[in-house]
Amino acid sequence: MNRVDTPQRIVWRLATVVDVVPETARTRTIVFDVPEWPGHRAGQHVDVRLTSADGYQAERSYSIASPPEDSRLALTVEKLEDGEVSPYLSDDLRAGDQIELRGPIGGYFVWDVSLPGPLLLVAGGSGIVPLMAMLRHRDVALERAGALARHQVPTRLLYSSRKWDEVIYRDELARLAEKDATVEVTHTLTREQSPEWTGFRRRIDRAMLEQVAWPASERPRVFVCGPTPLVESVAGTLVDLGHEPERVKTERFGPTGGSA
Amino acid sequence: MKRASTESSKATASGERFVDALRVDGNAAAGILSEVFVQDLTGARARCRGCGTTRDVGALLVYAHGMGTVVRCPGCDNVMLRIAGTPTHVWLDASGATSIMITRRID
Repeated sequence: MNRVDTPQRIVWRLATVVDVVPETARTRTIVFDVPEWPGHRAGQHVDVRLTSADGYQAERSYSIASPPEDSRLALTVEKLEDGEVSPYLSDDLRAGDQIELRGPIGGYFVWDVSLPGPLLLVAGGSGIVPLMAMLRHRDVALERAGALARHQVPTRLLYSSRKWDEVIYRDELARLAEKDATVEVTHTLTREQSPEWTGFRRRIDRAMLEQVAWPASERPRVFVCGPTPLVESVAGTLVDLGHEPERVKTERFGPTGGSA
Repeated sequence: MKRASTESSKATASGERFVDALRVDGNAAAGILSEVFVQDLTGARARCRGCGTTRDVGALLVYAHGMGTVVRCPGCDNVMLRIAGTPTHVWLDASGATSIMITRRID
């Protein structure tokens, strides 16, 4: 007889900062120790709550950057100039500090290696964060797997950033693509490129997706994440190109979703 | 579905385009919904009272602001859920959804 799993309520927990890692000039990764963390799936997020001395509370959502296999929780935060929460998380938070967070949240925008078939990831700016959790999970889960397992989940990332030094996880992505022939990473730089840059130099458009993405007949699972205008443009174009709408999953970050 | 949202993002009025940019997905409502529903709702299926289409809650359009959160059908723009939180209450109006189907997790 099947046992029905009793769902767990998501509760606010006190998380302690154990490390802070700069990524780019405006982003950094904060690593937390979260007691009794129930585990998560790649793509999920947490809500973070900050309370000031006078009792004022602000809540924001952040995608989890670390894969489920890590014992610690990592969030990558981009500092928004007039942000209410991000300056504190970007500039002030340090090891030993504590914040409240709840999660993991979201069962829709998730992926793991048990889902077969081609995987297409499209990111704009800080939209790379949940997709990086998926790539890191894929890397760890397939570490001891043979070539056949890797070829069952071929993966392509199309990543839009304004300039090369704003590309988050740049070196890690290069290493991933280099060591794993079943992972392809394509960058587009929309605002500034060095003269030697041989890659794309514009916003993601239909021609770029036709070139980089699998054809609709391959039925890739697609995850698009970043600023709302980019996500809607990319998702709409993919559907126009024949991809099934239910296979194109989106995570819009809103208007301030970062670069691209 | 996605077609409707991309059409409205091409609207000529710059005010409309600003609101479009504020739009997010069902995931964004998942946090406050977790105070009402024990199961994560973004993977649940919800049927729209306006057009009858059933979709994953994660695929619905969310407009969140200080006054509360509005969840709309991507196809017909009907308001399916309205959620507001105060220090003492969570308020939910789900009258725009005729049904919500949640999959049990079975070991």
